Amino acid sequence: MKLKSLALAGAALLSLVAVGPGVAADTIFYPHLVYRSGAYAPNGIPFANGVADYVAMINARDGGVNGVRIELEECETGYATDRGVECYERLKTKGAGAIAFSPLSTGITFALTEKVPIDKIPLQTMGYGRSESADGRVFAWNFPLLGTYWSAADILIQHVAKISGGLRGKKITLVYHDSPYGKEPIPVLQDHAQKHGYTFEAIPVTHPGVEQKAAWLKIRQTRPDFVFLWGWGVMNSTAIKEAVAVGYPRDKMYGVWWAAAEPDVRPAGDDAKGYQGLALHPAGADYPVHKDILKYVYDAGKGSGKREEVGEVLYNRGMIDAMLKLEAVRTAQKLTGKKVVVGEDVRLGYENLELNAERIKDLGFEGLVTPLKITCADHEGARKARIHQWDGQKWVFVSDWIEADINYLRPKVEAAAAAYAKEKGITPRSC
Amino acid sequence: MIYRETGQFRTSYAEDQAIFRLRQDKIGIAVILAIAWIGIPFFADEYLLRAILVPFLILAIAAIGLNLLLGYCGQISLGTGAFMAIGAYAAYNLALRLPALPLLLDFLLAGLIAAAVGVVFGLPSLRIKGLYLAVATLAAQFFADWAFLRLPWFTNYTPSGSVTAPPLDFFGWVADTPREKYFVCLAFACLTALLAKNLVRSRIGRSWMAIRDMDIAAEIIGIRPMTAKLSAFAVSSFVAGGAGVLWAFVHLGSWEPLAFSIDMSFRLLFMVIIGGMGSILGSFLGAAFITVLPIFLNQAPGLVGIQLSTAMVSHLEFMIFGSLIVLFLIWEPHGLARLWQIGKEKMRLWPFPY
Repeated sequence: MKLKSLALAGAALLSLVAVGPGVAADTIFYPHLVYRSGAYAPNGIPFANGVADYVAMINARDGGVNGVRIELEECETGYATDRGVECYERLKTKGAGAIAFSPLSTGITFALTEKVPIDKIPLQTMGYGRSESADGRVFAWNFPLLGTYWSAADILIQHVAKISGGLRGKKITLVYHDSPYGKEPIPVLQDHAQKHGYTFEAIPVTHPGVEQKAAWLKIRQTRPDFVFLWGWGVMNSTAIKEAVAVGYPRDKMYGVWWAAAEPDVRPAGDDAKGYQGLALHPAGADYPVHKDILKYVYDAGKGSGKREEVGEVLYNRGMIDAMLKLEAVRTAQKLTGKKVVVGEDVRLGYENLELNAERIKDLGFEGLVTPLKITCADHEGARKARIHQWDGQKWVFVSDWIEADINYLRPKVEAAAAAYAKEKGITPRSC
Repeated sequence: MIYRETGQFRTSYAEDQAIFRLRQDKIGIAVILAIAWIGIPFFADEYLLRAILVPFLILAIAAIGLNLLLGYCGQISLGTGAFMAIGAYAAYNLALRLPALPLLLDFLLAGLIAAAVGVVFGLPSLRIKGLYLAVATLAAQFFADWAFLRLPWFTNYTPSGSVTAPPLDFFGWVADTPREKYFVCLAFACLTALLAKNLVRSRIGRSWMAIRDMDIAAEIIGIRPMTAKLSAFAVSSFVAGGAGVLWAFVHLGSWEPLAFSIDMSFRLLFMVIIGGMGSILGSFLGAAFITVLPIFLNQAPGLVGIQLSTAMVSHLEFMIFGSLIVLFLIWEPHGLARLWQIGKEKMRLWPFPY
C-alpha cells in the first residue's frame, strides 16, 4: 500500500514536468540570480527588489526598452556556487535568450567566468567579481562596472592616508569573508603597505561569519589604527557588534561598499553610530527615478518590497545594476537594429556603453551614478566612490568622490589578466 | 508473474556468480544502460545534461565511495568532502606542475593521493568506533579546509584562492560540450559502480562486511581488522577523490575550498543513509534524491503554473525537502534501495499476492 502510494506520487510528480509555461519570444529575457533566503538574505533581498522594481517601472512607464517588454525571471541561488551554476544553466536559453547575468556573488562569478565565453552571454558584476576582469582584452565577456575590489582598496587607502596625514608606522587590519570575495583586495592592500609603510594584517572570518570572537580578540590585542571590513550578510552586523564588545571605535572601521548598508548597521542599534564605509552611490529615495518607481509600481500595488525600503543603499544599487544592464540593451538595439537582443548583441552594447551627465539626468539618476564610459580595453568604466558614515538613522557623506589611481592599478590588472590568459590559452584582443 | 525466476537454471559457476543472475534483471540493466548511453545524449537538452545529470553522476560516484566505507565496512566518516577536495586539488596541482602527464594519469594519481590521506585519517578507526570515529574523521574535513584556504602553494598563489581547471584533454580528445562531459561522467560512474559491486562480492568486501557486523567475531575467524578497515578507507577515499576531481574539473570548472566544505560531507552522508547503506543502487538513488529533488521542488510551482515569490518557493523547497527526508526515514529506515527490494518481491508475487 505504502509502496503503491509512493509510486503513484512519483508518477504524479513526473507528469508535472511535462507541462510548463513558455516565455513569449517578442520580449527581452532578463534572468536574475537572487538570494532571498539563507545567511545572506538580509542583503540579497533589497538588491533583488531594486532590480525587480526598476524593471517593472520601465515596463509600466515605457512599455519596456524602446517598446520591447522585459521578461524578468528570478532564480534563487542562496549564495551557493553550485546552485548559482544550476540557475545559470536553467535561465540562459529561456525566452529569446538571456541578455546578461549578474550573480551578486564572487564565487558564482568565478564559476560563470569559465562558462560565459562559450555561451556568449555577458557577465555584469557591478562593484564585485574578478578585479582583473576589468581588462576587456582578455575578459571579453566580464563587465565589472563602476569599480572592482582593487579600486575599492585603493580608494580606502587614499582616504585613510589623507585623513591621518600619511600612513607610515600605522597598522591596518583587514577582516575579510574567507572566500574569493574577501581575498580579492589583499594583493593591493599588501602592495600599498610597502609603498606607504604601514603594517598590514588580514584576519579571515569563515562563512557565514557569525563566529568572529577570535578575530576581534586579536584586534583588541594589536589595536590597529584602522579596520577594513570586507564582509557580506550577517557577517557585517556581527562584526560591528563584536567591535562594540572589544571596545574598538566604530569610526575607525571602514566597510567596503558591500559592508556599508542599512542591514549591516541596524542590528547593532545605536552602537553602530560612527561606522563608515564606501559608497558607490548615495542612499535615499528622493531622486526622480524613485518617484517613477513609487508612482508606476508601488501605487499600482506591484512593489516587490515594502514602500519605506525604497531608497536603501542596496535597493538603489540593485536599481543601478538593472539600469546599466538595460542601457547596454538599449545601446545594443541601436547598434544592431534588432528589437529583441540576446547576449552576444548586449556584449556589443556594453562595450559601447557611454553614460554622460545628460543621459544620466534623462534617466532620473542624476546624483546617483557617476558618468561612465566602457571601452573594449576598459570594462570598469568608472572607479569612483565616496565615504559615508552611519549617524544612527541614515548614511551621511563624509568625503567627496575619490577616484582610484588608474595608473597604479592598471598595470596590476593587466599583469593578472595576462597570467589568466596564459593559463587558459586566450589570445588577448587588440583594442 | 513477470518478474520471477521460474525456469531459469544456472548450469555453470560463471552463471551462478554473475552480478545479475535473473534474465529480467539483465534486460532491466541493459535498458537502463541503453537509455543512459544512447537515449539521454540524444534527447536531453543542455540544461538537463549540465545542471542535473552531470552533478548527479559525480555525486553518485562520491556516494558509492562513502557507501563502501559506511555501508559495507561500518566506519562512519564525515570527511568525504575533504577527500574530494584532496583529489581535486591534487589533480589541479599535478596538471599545473607536471604538464607532461596525461590528464587521465593525473586523475588516477589524484585518487591515489586521496587514498593515501584517507589511510592516514583512517588510522583512528583502529582504536575508536561509531560516533567517536565520526568526530575523528571531522579532523580530515577541517584539515583540508584549512590547508586549501591557508597554504597558498596548493592554489598556486592565486590572490582570490579560487583556481580554474585546465581543459579536459584525454589523449587529444577534448571534452568541452555538455554531451561529452556527460559521457565522461557516465563512463566513470559505470566503471566505479562495476568495480564497487565486484569489490564487495570479493574476499576483501566480505571481510569489510564481517568487520561491520561484528568486529571481534571477524577477528576471531581470521580477518585482520587493520587491513580490512584501512583498505576500506583507502578505497573509499580513492573513489571520493576521483569524484572530487570530476566535480572540480567537469562540473564547476573553477572552484574554491567552499565547494568541498562540511556541507558536502553531510550531503554525501545523507545520500548514503537515505539511499540505503550497503547498496550500490542506493548510492545512485540517494544522490538523485539529494541533488535532483531540491532543484525539482524549486521549479515545481512554476511548472504547474502557480506564481509564487522567489523567497516563498525557496522556503517551500526547504520545508518539503526536509519533511520528505524525515518521512522517508520513518517509512523506510533502510533507505530507498530497500524500497526497491520490497517492490521486486511484490512484483514476483503479482498478481497473486498471499
